[in-house]
Amino acid sequence: MTVADLFAILPQTLLEGLLLGFVYAMVALGYTMVYGVLGLINFAHSEVFMIGSVIGLEVFRFWGNPEAPVIANPLLLLLVALVFAAAGSGIVAVLVERFAYRPLRKRGSKNILVPMITAIGVSFLLQDLTRIYAALRHNEFNMQYRTYDVLNQVFELPLQTTIQFKGVIVIVVSILMLIGLTYLVNRTKLGKAIRAVSQDMQTAALMGINPDTIISRTFLVGGSLGGVAGVLFGLLYTNVTPYSGVLPGLKAFTSAVLGGIGNIPGAMVGGLILGQLETLSGTYLPFLTNGNFGTEYKDVFAFLTLVLLLLFRPQGIFGQNVSEKV
Amino acid sequence: MNQFIFPFTLAFTALSILGAFLAPQNGLTNLALLVSVGLVSLGKLPTAWRSGLLAVLALALTILLRLNPNDKLAFYGLLGVLVAAFLLPNLSKLIRIALALAILFIAVPIAGLTNSFLFELGIQIGIFAALALGLNVVVGQAGLLDLGFAAFFAIGAYTWGIFGSPQAAQFIPGYPAEGLPGNYLYLFMALAVITAAITGVLIGLPALRLRGDYLAIVTLGLGEVVRVFANNLDKPLNITNGPQGITPVNRPDVGPLAEFLRAIGAERLYGRPIDEPIAYSFFFYLLVLVVIGIVVLVNIRLANSRFGRAWVAIREDEIAAKAMGIPLLPTKLLAFATGAAFSGAMGAVFAAKQTFVSPESFTLQASINILAFVILGGMGSIGGAVVGAAAVTVLNIGILKDFSDLLNTWRQTGVTILGYNMANLPPQLNPAKYERLVFGLILILMMIFRPEGLIPEQRHRAELQEARQEAKEGGGK
Repeated sequence: MTVADLFAILPQTLLEGLLLGFVYAMVALGYTMVYGVLGLINFAHSEVFMIGSVIGLEVFRFWGNPEAPVIANPLLLLLVALVFAAAGSGIVAVLVERFAYRPLRKRGSKNILVPMITAIGVSFLLQDLTRIYAALRHNEFNMQYRTYDVLNQVFELPLQTTIQFKGVIVIVVSILMLIGLTYLVNRTKLGKAIRAVSQDMQTAALMGINPDTIISRTFLVGGSLGGVAGVLFGLLYTNVTPYSGVLPGLKAFTSAVLGGIGNIPGAMVGGLILGQLETLSGTYLPFLTNGNFGTEYKDVFAFLTLVLLLLFRPQGIFGQNVSEKV
Repeated sequence: MNQFIFPFTLAFTALSILGAFLAPQNGLTNLALLVSVGLVSLGKLPTAWRSGLLAVLALALTILLRLNPNDKLAFYGLLGVLVAAFLLPNLSKLIRIALALAILFIAVPIAGLTNSFLFELGIQIGIFAALALGLNVVVGQAGLLDLGFAAFFAIGAYTWGIFGSPQAAQFIPGYPAEGLPGNYLYLFMALAVITAAITGVLIGLPALRLRGDYLAIVTLGLGEVVRVFANNLDKPLNITNGPQGITPVNRPDVGPLAEFLRAIGAERLYGRPIDEPIAYSFFFYLLVLVVIGIVVLVNIRLANSRFGRAWVAIREDEIAAKAMGIPLLPTKLLAFATGAAFSGAMGAVFAAKQTFVSPESFTLQASINILAFVILGGMGSIGGAVVGAAAVTVLNIGILKDFSDLLNTWRQTGVTILGYNMANLPPQLNPAKYERLVFGLILILMMIFRPEGLIPEQRHRAELQEARQEAKEGGGK
């Protein structure tokens, strides 16, 4: 493959990186918002994302059955799936906060590991609950999204680039969600309260904000975004298992750290950067190393970039450098 | 209350021991014995009575195991006595050690030579306990959250896996085609300690400049990097044989051990020949015990040394520790290297025991499991790490499997429980497959109700009490 060929596939690679990046960005927001208000790495968020995928899949199966469709239009069906997944994932996230994290906060333990281990426990629990559900309903836990010709329709773009209709949907929905979230956080009363709680919970409480309510709503918003991202992810990659949230969750968390954890624009930018890094390295590593180091090393590349970045900028791209008070 | 518990415990224990001798095959006696182990441990007994009863209980359980080696309840009872012997206060050191040695080297082998599953369980517990002890140094003592700990285990396993198998001949010309003979394992355990420690320093150098959550994600990432390399280094040079893994990995010669067992009349005693598989089970059981013993000793000595105190100081307050003249990076690196070294040694043993190494064993899941052992047992507590590993292993490969079998028998016989015919129970509900569910529940409940772990470290216990006091005085939030 010549250098000219490498450049020729660049636009397509960038476009695919963008799709992946938007999904990561939406999941990363869930991590970063929870981290902002609680200072907790919510490992269970990857499962909230996965549950969103499963809910979307079930909506497609229930109401989109080709023999007797309740909703015949795939686009309308997708809309319903997105709404249900957002609601379902949001509710799961709120329940997790209510029953696993809130009891810990009430005890006032200072050990930061305690909530994190709880998060890992919740994540295991949700994985296997989903697996039991899938085993009982479908007799296997490897589930496939329905495909529709309309959604798989391919559009030709300039520069020898093509995009499927579902790719367009992913971009449109993501941009709408990200704009909506930015508006929510910066322009509404709830957003103001979320920002206040993440700056200083005690002072926020003195100003008449109920931190528990705000934390709960933060989980709702983050969870809903994760659920929407889950459906989009399922649409793009079609395969869902109870464990399929783990890897995207990890990448999304990496994106959040990349952008500066706790920082909302940072999570969006971090997600987009990681999406590009992953697809670019996946496409070009085999050529650059003569096939010796293939696509399998794309995660290595992503993580090593993270390590390098953190070495030179330990607070992430957008994070503020908070010096520790003694 | 105490006046009541004391004679009751004695009577109950005596009765269950009597039952064990009179009706050894009865499941009820087993249960009674298990309960008496609990009563002796938790009830308020005078020290002398307590040690005597523990010894007699151990004897009764051993006899039960000898009569029926498939009796897992009796085995769990023995483990209970073992844990009790180490954790109960005020027992004399001599009794603790005598009880532990008797159980580990006499009682378990007696049953294990007929039912090698017990050895298997013992080996698994030992391997996980060593890993938990290694991570305990890093997370428990030095307070550095490492989410990629399985990487060091992998390094140890591959150190022996590559050179103790035909694999090395793939990329080193002139290397023996079968790999090094199994007896080199002992040398390679030492080498694995070194390679794992070096990896620890290499990973630690960039990672340990970061703090808290950033450290967690970077160690997680670097742990994945090690696994991805193990998974893909089958080209350009075939070093790890990729996802297929390396097999067969050579094992040390067990001829002398089998010879020894025959010489002491083990064959006549058990009525079966001492063949290679059983000899290997026994051999690895002993090897793991020895390694665990060394690891525990080193751990105890380190915890009380200058370094151990420095680690705790860093965990409690990094800035204060620095002000006290503790060099932060070297001390943290030492913690990383020490923890890595322990798991490296066990990695080499693991490779030989499985005769197979593949990247599957070293996933993020494995790292998190090890972390959970440490947390469950009690962070920073040496006994806790071992008990945490033992409890989870017994649960995973013992109790859950038994429960699945029980459900299956119920299904087949169609027992009715609470008005529900068990024959209608969907076959997908197989508890052995849902270990994460149980594991997750345990983690959540432990963190809510007993965050200091099963066996809290002394210092940690004091801290928690303080925090609770503060919360009470402050009137909540």
